[in-house]
Amino acid sequence: MTSSENILSVSHLTVDIDGHVILKDVSFDVKRDSTVVVLGPNGAGKTVLFKAIIGLMPYSGQVTWKTDVKIGYVPQKISFEKDFPLTVLEFMQFKEKRLEEIQHALKEVGLWKESSADTHRGTRLLHTKIGVLSGGELQRVLIAFALLGTPNILFFDEPTSGVDITGEETVYTLMRRLQKQKDLTILCISHELDIVNQYADAVLCLNKEKMCFGAPKNIINANALESLYGEKIHLYTHGH
Amino acid sequence: MQMLLSLSMERRFIYTPMDTNILFLIIIGALVGVTSGYLGSFMVLKRMSLVGDALSHVALPGMAIALTFHQDPMLGAFLALTLAVIGIWYIGEKTKIYSEALVGVFFTASLALGLLVTPEPELLEVLFGNLEKIGLTDGMITVLSAFIIIVVTRLISDRLLLGVVSEDLAHSTGIKVSIMNLVYLILVGLVVALGVKFVGTLLMGALVIVPAVAAKNIAHGIRQYQIIASVLGMLSVVIGIVLSTFLGISSGPTVVLVSIFFFIVSYMLKKKS
Repeated sequence: MTSSENILSVSHLTVDIDGHVILKDVSFDVKRDSTVVVLGPNGAGKTVLFKAIIGLMPYSGQVTWKTDVKIGYVPQKISFEKDFPLTVLEFMQFKEKRLEEIQHALKEVGLWKESSADTHRGTRLLHTKIGVLSGGELQRVLIAFALLGTPNILFFDEPTSGVDITGEETVYTLMRRLQKQKDLTILCISHELDIVNQYADAVLCLNKEKMCFGAPKNIINANALESLYGEKIHLYTHGH
Repeated sequence: MQMLLSLSMERRFIYTPMDTNILFLIIIGALVGVTSGYLGSFMVLKRMSLVGDALSHVALPGMAIALTFHQDPMLGAFLALTLAVIGIWYIGEKTKIYSEALVGVFFTASLALGLLVTPEPELLEVLFGNLEKIGLTDGMITVLSAFIIIVVTRLISDRLLLGVVSEDLAHSTGIKVSIMNLVYLILVGLVVALGVKFVGTLLMGALVIVPAVAAKNIAHGIRQYQIIASVLGMLSVVIGIVLSTFLGISSGPTVVLVSIFFFIVSYMLKKKS
């Protein structure tokens, strides 16, 4: 599925916030249509890496995109007050006015189904205040928002944070489905090793600097993890 | 001072509706109310209510300087407010947080300075508003400005709101959040300048904030919220003008108390549901 062409090249990326070096000299390439998981402990600079690449914060070094790139970004967490006067439909309309497109995106994340009973549920969801959604529902709405405008590269910043187990499963099933789409590159931040083994074509281990980069089976081993997390990590492998 | 105060009060009390065309005042006031409520709706969601409230104090030194040089105080207010909003915007951009303490110090300093330099005969009317001083030119400026405010705000509304929800998300869809914020704050400066003659510099900020806070209590979606905030802003000014004219009381406090009344009703409706 992965093509040989790079959709994104990051070279010598350094981020410095008020004199603190958050990321140091990070370089890697992302192949078109591949899935890259960024792995690392808390405070390793994973979110900062995403933000710098997307252009949300200043950096030094180079970030080179293919010219036809369209970005979709799913931020780690957005919190809404319960009485924030905004419905799901209105939120989606900030990016896309056409209702069919919005319904299509919601269908992708499993919040809209064709059968009449579910359509009713979907319509109700559209008119629900965004602040009263559950963690899992909000996460899926944010993913649907990122999918509007058919992006060819998606950035997921810990898509399962604040989501319960069932929600977690749905998010990863969804990711699996998205991976099958033609020309969709996925970059996903996670600290779950399981995810790396199941989904990643490549893994980037990060702890302020690049610790390792490559296909998971080549680089995910006890020693690499110890150097990444600074302690012994038990490695469970799943039979596929 | 005491004598000046009582003279000024007297002038206010003997004011009769026949002096100025009340319909004219109501129409112009309605426009000020609609635009205040509409712009205020964003400010409340941006959690800048207190900043918005205190911002109106900055108009005072501007008006004082304009009065000293025999210029239209509205112009002075607008210039002073523009400087202040550029300052707020700059602090917000550089530090990514609104430095509340700095805003508090800076705005009260403006108020203190303004109180010292405002010529005494005009002091009460710039603080609390005076309908008598609203002329045809003010009316024309208000109509034109209200048109600009509504059209521009409508154009940037979605981008501004996505920036309120998440600056990162807005950036990722290509929105220039910081430019949107600057345009918005300049519009706020403009609306405060328009309103100072009706409501005065001490209370104009309340007219921007209170209708939106009331609307937030009862609105379901964003469109409804903006409409309710605009309508409550309009009703506050219109009812406030009518009451202050017929009861012979100061317009600013009356307008703001009407808006507070709407807030209390909206709060009770929220509790009920």
